[in-house]
Amino acid sequence: MKKLLMATAATALMSTAAFAGGHGADIKIGIILGFTGPIESLTPSMGDGAELAISEVNDSGLLLGGKTVEGVRADSTCVDAAAATAAAERLITSDGVKGIMGADCSGVTGAILTNVALPNGVVMISPSATSPGLSHNNNEDNGLFFRTAPSDARQGVVMTEVLMDQGIMEVAVTYTNNDYGKGLADSFQAAFEAAGGTVTINAAHEDGKADYSAEVGALAAAGGDRLVVAGYVDQGGSGIVRAALDTGAFDTFHFPDGMISATLIENFGSEIDGSSGQHPSPSDELAAAYTALVDGAFDATSPFTPEAYDAAALIMLAMQAAGSEEPGDYKDHVMAVANAPGEQIQVGELAKALQILADGGEVDLVGATNVELVGPGEAAGNYREVGFDGGAEVTVQFR
Amino acid sequence: MEPLNALIVLLNFVIVPATAYGAQLALGALGVTLIYGILRFSNFAHGDTMAFGAMATILFTWFLQGAGVTFGPLPTALLALPVGIAATAALVLITDRAVYKFYRAQKAAPVIYVIASLGVMFIMNGLVRFIIGPNDQRFADGERFIISVRTFKAMTGLDEGLAIRTSQGITLVVAIIAVALLFWFLNKTRTGKSMRAFSDNEDLALLSGINPERVVMVTWLLVAALTTVAGVLYGLDKSFKPFTYFQLLLPIFAAAIVGGLGNPLGAIAGGFVIAFSEVGVTYAFKKVLGYLLPETLKPDGLVQLLSTDYKFAVSFVILVIVLLIRPTGLFRGKSL
Repeated sequence: MKKLLMATAATALMSTAAFAGGHGADIKIGIILGFTGPIESLTPSMGDGAELAISEVNDSGLLLGGKTVEGVRADSTCVDAAAATAAAERLITSDGVKGIMGADCSGVTGAILTNVALPNGVVMISPSATSPGLSHNNNEDNGLFFRTAPSDARQGVVMTEVLMDQGIMEVAVTYTNNDYGKGLADSFQAAFEAAGGTVTINAAHEDGKADYSAEVGALAAAGGDRLVVAGYVDQGGSGIVRAALDTGAFDTFHFPDGMISATLIENFGSEIDGSSGQHPSPSDELAAAYTALVDGAFDATSPFTPEAYDAAALIMLAMQAAGSEEPGDYKDHVMAVANAPGEQIQVGELAKALQILADGGEVDLVGATNVELVGPGEAAGNYREVGFDGGAEVTVQFR
Repeated sequence: MEPLNALIVLLNFVIVPATAYGAQLALGALGVTLIYGILRFSNFAHGDTMAFGAMATILFTWFLQGAGVTFGPLPTALLALPVGIAATAALVLITDRAVYKFYRAQKAAPVIYVIASLGVMFIMNGLVRFIIGPNDQRFADGERFIISVRTFKAMTGLDEGLAIRTSQGITLVVAIIAVALLFWFLNKTRTGKSMRAFSDNEDLALLSGINPERVVMVTWLLVAALTTVAGVLYGLDKSFKPFTYFQLLLPIFAAAIVGGLGNPLGAIAGGFVIAFSEVGVTYAFKKVLGYLLPETLKPDGLVQLLSTDYKFAVSFVILVIVLLIRPTGLFRGKSL
């Protein structure tokens, strides 16, 4: 058995080495996503999005005087920090990647950043990690970490604006008891109170439980004009809404991204008329442009694939702006190519951007998600504000 | 009017929901306690048997709805209940033949039964998910409310509303009927008496000519009926999702143990103790006190003993206290 294991390991080692040797690209970019694990249904399209940007740059032949780029995929597993760290370590030491498009889930992203990217000085741009804990406001990341998905702290601010615009100053909050729910509820409470509103209660609920009358009883006693449900529509979130409607505790609700889904309408129909919500989403025009560029090669509407395209594009444009593929050189140019001033670059116009940068000009990547990096290098995010009317979900506006 | 408003708030958010939840737990705990009293083991597959019974009923309800049969203002599922019970009875009898009978012949220790029932639990778990899938299923129809908040307010002119759902009313009525039937059966019929004798002293019962296989079979039939009724009522009141039935196992066992395992009366009391403590201890009394106290004494805080995060801790603290102080439960357990 031991021999068999040794032989397998040796073969695996040799074949990776053979693979590595077989590729002739000048620059490698790591694509670390959870190709196995809880979000394995989303990651193939995300990887394809990043590779779409890479092939667009390769076809132009304009990057750093005609260098070619190759994406190297690795598995983050989404949940196993040790496996993700090992995968990233391999990408950097044996494949020699110059930047990482990834990782996906917030937990493993933080692990890769502190254990691998920081010590090796490699730039990471995550398309989907949204935890407020990843905002490095004091430069703990040496300017190496960016994300094209907005932090949930940002969603808290957007939520506050949506509610305040409707004149709602007092709300009760319930959240699903995990990192997502707690992070979102806390950031919302901070933003809402800073804007002069009152959060009467901020209470957790567990998913998949038998009975929610105790939770709704407490929420009702605290009162408020609206109930904010930071949960999952397939889990306890719907149970809370059901119980709140039946007891007459609340008539209208506010739903963040975990609750916005066709299931919500299916479950409650016109009972939630007058409620509001928001979720991160590029505008319809941007989504249409991206779908046209993808042209059926993969599912362009799958979550976070536009963000992945933009993340990979940012890495390569920053290299061009710096005139070097070394992370230490180009990390300072990521914000510049993402934001104004400069020529606006739509999806499919990466060749134009590379030419402008080569000529010494400036670009502002709009890309697939209208990228705008704020604060410590994270997307400002575009949110779709939704309302509920006549048993249907309607788009109010984009924020 | 103020004390009346306080009472309505308390009814709407504590008493009505806790009573319905308590009745569901009591029906579940009755099944657990019957199995413990007669077959002498803790059946971990109970929650998933409930899920199976509810699933069979839901499938037949859909068939009835498809055929255009309804039950007026009451949910169609009540009509489908006998079919669900029959399907569940078949399943538990097959399980008994295939699994438990073997251990009975060997006179296996209770812990072996428990582990075997754990295996049965996983198989039933898979079976239910395989047939109906892991997602939420809605099958309630008919009138949703006996009285809704809006009509109550219009009727009484009070500031606070009271809602009583049809499913809550049905839960209570059906639970009372089921319990009455069960007690009549155990105390008045020959088979019921032989079951109690078997539970009291197995050897003596065998000596006096009671057929053990028959007692076991009748027990399983009763359990099938109780679990299916409990599962369907729970599904009507909340929603059907296999995973929540698995989660129900803990409060049901807590209820059965608090009441005294093996004692049917205890199971009912235990169900209500657990339900009322889960809802009552974590309830925020701000509104109620706001109505009762004079203006100057109105509370600013929530007046909540424990945050709702701890509601499961509440039932287990009660469980631990009962086990420490009165290990046989509130009502003396271990015999029917």
